[in-house]
Amino acid sequence: MIEVLRAGPATTVQDLGRPGYAHLGVPRSGALDPAALALANRLVGNPPTAAGLEITLTGCTLRPTRAVTVALTGADADVRVGRRPGDVGRPLSVPAGAVLRIGPPRAGLRSWLAVDGGIAVEPVLGSRATDTLSGLGPPPVRDGDRLPIGPWPGHPAPVDWTVVPAVPDQLRLTLRPGPRDDWFTADALDRLLRTPYTISPVGDRVGARLLGAPLPRAVAGELPSEGVVLGAVQVPADGQPLVFLADHPTTGGYPVIGVVDDVTGLAQARPGTTVTFHGPQR
Amino acid sequence: MRIRPVGRHALLLDCDNPGQVEAWRAELWRRRDDGELTAAEIVPAAATVLLDGVPDPATTAARIAGWTPGPTATTAAVRHVEVPVAYDGEDLPAVARHWGVDVPEVVRRLADTTFRVAFCGFAPGFAYLTGLPERWAVPRLPSPRPRVPAGSVALAGPYAGIYPTASPGGWLLVGRTGLTLFDVHADPPATLTPGTRVRLATA
Repeated sequence: MIEVLRAGPATTVQDLGRPGYAHLGVPRSGALDPAALALANRLVGNPPTAAGLEITLTGCTLRPTRAVTVALTGADADVRVGRRPGDVGRPLSVPAGAVLRIGPPRAGLRSWLAVDGGIAVEPVLGSRATDTLSGLGPPPVRDGDRLPIGPWPGHPAPVDWTVVPAVPDQLRLTLRPGPRDDWFTADALDRLLRTPYTISPVGDRVGARLLGAPLPRAVAGELPSEGVVLGAVQVPADGQPLVFLADHPTTGGYPVIGVVDDVTGLAQARPGTTVTFHGPQR
Repeated sequence: MRIRPVGRHALLLDCDNPGQVEAWRAELWRRRDDGELTAAEIVPAAATVLLDGVPDPATTAARIAGWTPGPTATTAAVRHVEVPVAYDGEDLPAVARHWGVDVPEVVRRLADTTFRVAFCGFAPGFAYLTGLPERWAVPRLPSPRPRVPAGSVALAGPYAGIYPTASPGGWLLVGRTGLTLFDVHADPPATLTPGTRVRLATA
């Protein structure tokens, strides 16, 4: 069991999500940076499918009731076991009853914490991920929660040190046009690829909203709802693009001008971060 | 039908009509079951079918272009669900005005229609039901209700739908059902899956 002394405002349980149910209206969900969570799991000897915590911006404070090995990946942050400082990207031993403090990130937004045995809340449709859009999975973590831990997975692979990736000041995203770039003026795609955008403060696990040159439509009217993918750049009526992240809806009624190859950088992009888009050919 | 690329791992089949969507949905699900097609998700919608989690979309697109969707599934393979509906929705008079008939006639028409689940979206287990003639399409409310109770049976555009859980909603309410529409312990978790035939029978 892990007691949550201070949850922070947006800490959730995440794993690799629940793909395979989009045709029933069930979002994929899962960690915004699945590779970072998988790395944390590897550092403590968990399988990559184990659930951990996704911690956003303000850190959190936890107290395990049994001795555990934990690992934090993603944004660099101050980590302490009792008074002893620890490192991001490295397994840490936390004695039973000791307090694990994860501070706010020095740069970036989100960290992933794995605990040996994994967070063992009840799975829903094969996943323990909190889906903030549909409400499937456990509710977001709150102060006073007691999170169950699974059985000890055995000794981890002999990897005890990893590099904490730097968070760039400017995020460069590769964009492939379509499927509905023909709903926009020829100028729109040009604007998206040639002018910088900034991350809006109104962003969450559903999508990263961007602010910048509006993308004008060539086709008026409503697009009949159609399936959307992770990384889809949807353009609502105000012309400001939104990049879909893990909790995106399964279908959308606004045209998608292009799709971003890799959205994991957006998981660390604070409001105000500059984002530029580039075609895949460069 | 036109195939549009979607990012690195997906394809969108842009269909000419809803019948073609259903035919491709059934064909692609069958081919995936038979091991001829790899796709993590095959998601029908109003006028499209999305394939996501496709390892090699260009090759897959070329193969799909060579396929012809067969006749839609035989009667025996189609799921049928009868939904018991209490027709007491507060927007029945509004629907009656749109259709130019009285309320009992609205109820009779809805109860007599065999619907088909065209696709799911909006929320887990929310099915868009087709079967009403296009000329009976109704507009949404100008501003959505903040809370529509679970089990509400409602109309919007050419579709009928049932809210699986309480949520905000702008559809016109015609009735309610006690049937569970989404159960995470059931397989499949949604009662109304794409292709299912549905009757909204008077309870």
